[in-house]
Amino acid sequence: MVNLKKKILSFGFFVILLTLNLTISCKSKPYYQTIKIEGKKIAITNEKGENEAVSNYVKPYNEKINNDLNSVLAYCEVTQDKSNGKWQTNIGNLLAQVTFEMGNPIFNKRENKNIDVCLLNHGGIRAIIPKGNVTTRTAFEVMPFENSLIVVGLTGKEIKDLAEFVIKEKRPHPLYGITIFINKENNEIKKIAINNSPVVEDKIYYVATSDYLANGGDNMSFFKDSKIKYDLDYKLRNILIDYFKKVDTIPNIETERIIPE
Amino acid sequence: MKRRDFIQKTAASSALLGLTGVSLSSFSTVTTKKITILHTNDVHSHIDPFPVDHPRNPNMGGAARRAAIIENIRKEEKNVILLDAGDIFQGTPYFNYYGGELEFKLMSMMQYDVATMGNHDFDNGIDGFYAQLPHAKFDFVSANYDFKNTILNDIVKPYKIIIKDGIKIGIFGLGVELEGLVDKRLYKETVYNNPVEVAQDMSRILKENKKCDVVICLSHLGFKYKNEPDKPSDIVIAQKTKNIDLIIGGHTHTFLDKPVIEKNIEGKDVLINQVGCFGINLGRIDLYLSDDKVYQNTSRNIIV
Repeated sequence: MVNLKKKILSFGFFVILLTLNLTISCKSKPYYQTIKIEGKKIAITNEKGENEAVSNYVKPYNEKINNDLNSVLAYCEVTQDKSNGKWQTNIGNLLAQVTFEMGNPIFNKRENKNIDVCLLNHGGIRAIIPKGNVTTRTAFEVMPFENSLIVVGLTGKEIKDLAEFVIKEKRPHPLYGITIFINKENNEIKKIAINNSPVVEDKIYYVATSDYLANGGDNMSFFKDSKIKYDLDYKLRNILIDYFKKVDTIPNIETERIIPE
Repeated sequence: MKRRDFIQKTAASSALLGLTGVSLSSFSTVTTKKITILHTNDVHSHIDPFPVDHPRNPNMGGAARRAAIIENIRKEEKNVILLDAGDIFQGTPYFNYYGGELEFKLMSMMQYDVATMGNHDFDNGIDGFYAQLPHAKFDFVSANYDFKNTILNDIVKPYKIIIKDGIKIGIFGLGVELEGLVDKRLYKETVYNNPVEVAQDMSRILKENKKCDVVICLSHLGFKYKNEPDKPSDIVIAQKTKNIDLIIGGHTHTFLDKPVIEKNIEGKDVLINQVGCFGINLGRIDLYLSDDKVYQNTSRNIIV
């Protein structure tokens, strides 16, 4: 009511004002100067409710995704957690081994070569795999990024850089196919073995990793300079999903990759 | 449109005064207008609200709620501009499943006006971004990404001018350096130009050549880099340019409690705002403009 009245009233003034405006408008072009600014942050809460058009629009997308994400693919007997080990963790072992297992047949078929080692990054594991049913959602939570599998050729010499990096970082980066023996007193590397044989300096070893790391991410500079790189066009998350579909139970892998002695 | 605001905001008080004595010419030349700028950044495909038991952002965010809040503001304010400072994509399975289609469609429903490109908007490649553009009924601006040799040539423009209630508002975009952050295969032949130099040019073009009343920089450079103070950021852009009124930022997921005021190269105030990430907040900046000559050369009153 009040509002309406105000508008009618205002309209009366408008007629006068417009006339005046017209008479002066030819004199000078109006130039507007900001004279006052107010700023604030509005929290998005449910206080003002939801816009129905938007929520209705989202609904079918949401249902499709949830049906898909909630489908049970496998079972996990022991919680896989990246914070449960000094040099290796069960989830790290799992991811590195799965990446090797799923990636190697493709690499072998395409390039007629085999993957020797897998190295991923500890920071790239974004969630635990809790004991219980494993779903597609689990894979999205563990690996939300769109990283894909790259095989990088490294010389034995560069493998030593890789090993030194891992030991120096003191982080349980996921590893497969390589065993690093260190002095338990001062962490000095004593021996590096790939496929149970000592590393040969000028031999090329094929290391599976993510495109992010292959480009030098997480300071893994030993990958960056290599000229030998194969993109397998296979997303790490899809590797995980395909693996979950393949197996019934997720193994709990406690193999030691870094051995202090 | 112009009329009603004029009357409601100004005439209601000053015009009445004018009629009761003050000289007619003085009130007739003075007009105050209000522009309401709403903005988001780094929404990262967060379409559903966070779960009620989420440790950090319980029950916060959500596109349908954001739409309701925006709708309410539009009912109260005539001159609303809705902006997004990039990283619309990546962060929930909605993006993995639909490639950004839903994000663009919902933003179109909310009537976004302009957005800039964040580094994650390249996550499905420049082609993946291009493929979703038919779903976006708003424009993308980026002045320092040169898309000449890409599929986005002539599609993503350096700036856009919006006229609201007779006020000319120039909005230009700035993006973060892609090398090292985004795979070259994804951004392809996109060329990154120095944002500081581009911002100096853009603000001059918009203010002096295009005669904009308000110049807004929509940036995905990041708010500030403590350990690399010279790295282009919103703070650096504010300090090294003139004629920018407002910087709407993103990228660093900075939760500013209120907008920050920084001095530009001429010692004038520039307002910088960024509202965190994941659609948890909506930023609101109200600009009051006047054509009264007494305000020329006076410093503006900023209430944050």
